[in-house]
Amino acid sequence: MDIIYILIPLSILLIGVAVSVLFWAIKSGQFDDMDSPAHKILFDDDDQLKK
Amino acid sequence: MSQNLCFHCGEIALEGNRWNLEIDGEAQIMCCPACKAVAETIIGSGLKDYYRHRTALPEISPQQKRSANDDVREELKLYDEPAIQQSFVQHFDNSQSESQQTEVEAILVISGISCAACAWLIEHRLNQLEHVISVNLNLTSHRLMIRWLEGEINLSQIFEEIHQLGYQAHPFSATEAEEQRIKESKTAFRRLAVAGFATMQVMMLSVPLYVGAMQGILAQYEVFLRAASMLFATFVVMYSARPFFSAALRDLRTQHLTMDVPVSIAILLAYFASVWSTVNQGPEIYFDSVCMFTFFLLTGRFFEMRARHRMTQAGNNLLDLMPSAAIKSGPDGDIVISSSDIQVGDLLIIKPGQQIPADGIVESGKSAVDEAALTGEYLPIDKSQGDLLIGGTYNIESQLMMRVTTTGADAELNTIMRLMDRAQQEKPAIAIFADKVASRFVAAVLIIASIIAISWWFIDPSQAFWITLAVLVVTCPCALSLATPTALTAATASLREQGFLISKGHVLEGLTQIDRIVFDKTGTLTRGELSLEQSLPASNEVTLTAQQALKIAATLEQYSNHPIARAFNYAGHFDTDNIEQVTGQGVEGQLLNIEGHEDTSYRIGRADFAFPQQNLSPPIDDDRQWLLLANNNQPLYWFALSDTLRQGAGATIAQLKNWDIKVSILTGDPSSQVEAVATALKIDDVHKGLSPVQKLELASAWQQLGERLMMVGDGINDVPTLARADVAIAIGQASDLTKTNADAVITNNSLTTLLQAIRKGKKSTRIIRQNIYWALLYNLLALPLAATGFIPPWAAAIGMSLSSLIVVGNALRLLSSDKQLVSL
Repeated sequence: MDIIYILIPLSILLIGVAVSVLFWAIKSGQFDDMDSPAHKILFDDDDQLKK
Repeated sequence: MSQNLCFHCGEIALEGNRWNLEIDGEAQIMCCPACKAVAETIIGSGLKDYYRHRTALPEISPQQKRSANDDVREELKLYDEPAIQQSFVQHFDNSQSESQQTEVEAILVISGISCAACAWLIEHRLNQLEHVISVNLNLTSHRLMIRWLEGEINLSQIFEEIHQLGYQAHPFSATEAEEQRIKESKTAFRRLAVAGFATMQVMMLSVPLYVGAMQGILAQYEVFLRAASMLFATFVVMYSARPFFSAALRDLRTQHLTMDVPVSIAILLAYFASVWSTVNQGPEIYFDSVCMFTFFLLTGRFFEMRARHRMTQAGNNLLDLMPSAAIKSGPDGDIVISSSDIQVGDLLIIKPGQQIPADGIVESGKSAVDEAALTGEYLPIDKSQGDLLIGGTYNIESQLMMRVTTTGADAELNTIMRLMDRAQQEKPAIAIFADKVASRFVAAVLIIASIIAISWWFIDPSQAFWITLAVLVVTCPCALSLATPTALTAATASLREQGFLISKGHVLEGLTQIDRIVFDKTGTLTRGELSLEQSLPASNEVTLTAQQALKIAATLEQYSNHPIARAFNYAGHFDTDNIEQVTGQGVEGQLLNIEGHEDTSYRIGRADFAFPQQNLSPPIDDDRQWLLLANNNQPLYWFALSDTLRQGAGATIAQLKNWDIKVSILTGDPSSQVEAVATALKIDDVHKGLSPVQKLELASAWQQLGERLMMVGDGINDVPTLARADVAIAIGQASDLTKTNADAVITNNSLTTLLQAIRKGKKSTRIIRQNIYWALLYNLLALPLAATGFIPPWAAAIGMSLSSLIVVGNALRLLSSDKQLVSL
């Protein structure tokens, strides 16, 4: 059971990394538009590739 | 029928195959040359996939916004002036990069976007332009961010490209409120994220603790697990839960208890008791409850905030109301100046289609001015020398010279704004049921908790603190404070799909308490635009059929900027020659190649203009707008135009009366058209010809009699009254200023939506009550158990989660869309 002394601090560290990445993403405006990216991916430019 | 619909805009193509366009080898029907031109642009740029991807037809049909194209181009040229670009264009010096050219970035608001394919179309078309570096269109806010190399393209070119695709662009400049909103939304997201992550972690750490509580756990592990939980909970309390604390402090200062007070007490007490317990190895910790509680509540508020922002975002800004540029005529010729530089006494040139930038008087010229937004008058008003012009209204027909008399704070528009500010402060608050319960609940819990603490002090002092704490945590008003936000969020989401956008929290409860609904007429009960109601031959000798006459009229009217022309909805039936628009009179011109009527000259407009040889008056004497179509020899046809009722208006009013809600009309329109509308809708209480101040006074008079008032309006003249009304609702076509001041917007422009909203309001109030009663019942059951010391922390946590889940589940019932639609 002593393994939790390593694993729990490790998980805290990982959470810290995850939260700071998320904060960076929020700051850089990646969550400003929650609607368009979901649609954009559906429009493939097939015809342009053929050219 | 379906094969006769326009491929581009979906309107009925009245002329069959005349404007066909070949797309992918198939001939597609177009309704008018305007649609064809847009479709040609789209196909020509290799973006025909737009038609495959789109899920909605264009919001603005090209034919509706046709106007002389040269005028538009001329106006767009204004955007190349540095004075005008100042407010919405940014320059980025890029001397380090290889290109060594300055990059320019502009933010534009695009109107007419109906689905994601529109965004795709605009982005791709603009990306094809040379020297454009990046294009990004935000589907939520309809904002386009475009960056290009300075000097290589003019901004007016970009505007024109967007215009050619059938959309309209306006410059956008962020206001302070806007920046505030972005900041608020980002902060809320961060707080929610921290609470979410921490809750998951603390839950995970709680499982061994709960299991340990039942089966035994070594003290060293227990301390360690508790310490780790404390770390996470500290972040949640210090960062995520802060909005609750500041709101609670404000409540205490204003002596008005809301849910924030018990929420804050519960969070803080549970947190500090758990910290004490962790340090001193006390019996219980409640970190999991603290985190989960905060996370649940933040989620509810986060969705509420997003619903609120969505509405204000989609609109443009108040600034857009006043045009940003003006043409000043001076001794050195005409110069374009920014509207902030206009001074009293300036001589300005106002082109047709342009917005009037300040208050003033007409110096020379003759034109019609559309003042609908400010006065509610739906027909343009003829203006000639010496007449007053109000800033923010539109010049329609021909060029005017105006002398500026007032600017800035004294201008008419700003007077209305001040009126609005005052009205807003006097707006009565809707009593929120949950808040009323909250203040009593807080008081009751605190009293009971102190009684329990004192009793236990005499029974067993060592246990007194922990039992009191258990009472506080068990009765912690989680379910109670979730009861309202979850129900409101679910109802708001469901109503949004039905075309009713709520921006302020009190609306749903307010809807159920309404005694009187006040409607504006023009643009609210009616559609706010003229449409053709009747056509009658001018005499028995006329051989022309009504159908033919309509075609001739439509052909002529396509050359007019006057709103009347829009009633003749179809363009280009015949070839024309020598067309002339006569200001305030009508249109005349030659029509070529009509069988049996070789190259005849026709006139449409006022009777004395169309057929000056005779003094004619309309066949029916009423308040409708009558137009006469005539050729050189005889008067041909009379057309009656009027502002028709909005779809479903009759059914809505009837149902409202059925619910014992009083209905009144307050309108700025002084004409007898008002009575016609009132009779058609069976409304008895009618007040017409009112100024914004008079509207506001009438509304406050009703409120002083104790009535709860709902105002439905669309114009700027309604804004002060909207600000004052208990519940303010704007129509989707309303000006942005009106929308931002309303508590809700009817986005699908159908009045029956109002009925659905009221029904939903009643349903959600019922569900909120159920939720609150359930939460109280749960607390009543749990309290004695906690007071006698039977509830360990894990049971308290389970109880809290379960009661919250029941509350949330009950609220989710509001998501189902209301099937009992009113038959139209």
